[in-house]
Amino acid sequence: MNKTFISAFVTGLIFGIGLLVSGMANPDKVLSFLDLAGAWDPSLALVMAGAIAVGLIAFTLVRGRSHSLLGEPLRLPTKKTIDRRLVLGSMGFGVGWGLAGFCPGPALVALGAGELKAAVFVGAMLAGMGLFELLEHRKPTTGQPAKSH
Amino acid sequence: MTIDWAAFTPWAALAGGALIGLAAAMFILLNGRIAGISGIVGGLLNPQAGDITWRIMFVLGILLAPAVWLLAAEMPSIQIDADYPLLIIAGLLVGISTRYGAGCTSGHGVCGISRLSPRSVIATLAFMATGFLTVFIMRHVLS
Repeated sequence: MNKTFISAFVTGLIFGIGLLVSGMANPDKVLSFLDLAGAWDPSLALVMAGAIAVGLIAFTLVRGRSHSLLGEPLRLPTKKTIDRRLVLGSMGFGVGWGLAGFCPGPALVALGAGELKAAVFVGAMLAGMGLFELLEHRKPTTGQPAKSH
Repeated sequence: MTIDWAAFTPWAALAGGALIGLAAAMFILLNGRIAGISGIVGGLLNPQAGDITWRIMFVLGILLAPAVWLLAAEMPSIQIDADYPLLIIAGLLVGISTRYGAGCTSGHGVCGISRLSPRSVIATLAFMATGFLTVFIMRHVLS
């Protein structure tokens, strides 16, 4: 099997275990972090800090490179503009995150742990993503040739 | 603001965070890609030839993480208080918005900030702000 497929699998596995270790896979803990006015659990700020500390090293190492260690082209986002889509999309995501305490990665981990509620969330999330694809790739219906009889 | 010191788990949070960072590091160093979950999953809903298998392998890795975890330790608590209607609304919102905003906690919050992307800093501030606000409204205004 292609080496990049194995590394993708192992990366996903480590990512998922990291979510379990950190407490991010537990919506109750996530909501305790987001509840500044309640009994606040600051733990998840340290999850971000730990992740970014390691991530900074990696993204500094790849600066100036064109290919990964496995010879794959380096695909970094090129978009620089801060537009309405970015801000409104992120704001909408925060609302969904705050409603249930799930973001995409932890929801997948909880699904893997056999949580039925996580399966419902992931199903709805996939529907939302599918809806986005439909809206993005909707073909203009005006000016199309009429159906032949 | 009162801090719930009994619930505070700084070492587990840092260690788990470092593992998440390690995964993000491996993915850019080995696969040359951003480990952004919403982008990886979302790409499966508009599948392009030759761009599917790595996404499935990554998602499989996440899904199997609990099974691997169980080989070594007991499953940590996963407490989901939201009821089904709320989970459906939240899931739909997270699905469509993360695609619209081009990322979530992993792509913008971890990878984007790690590569010092201004877009991701703005995105992270935006979703953190509405996340805090939503929980405030749900817990202290509506209930």
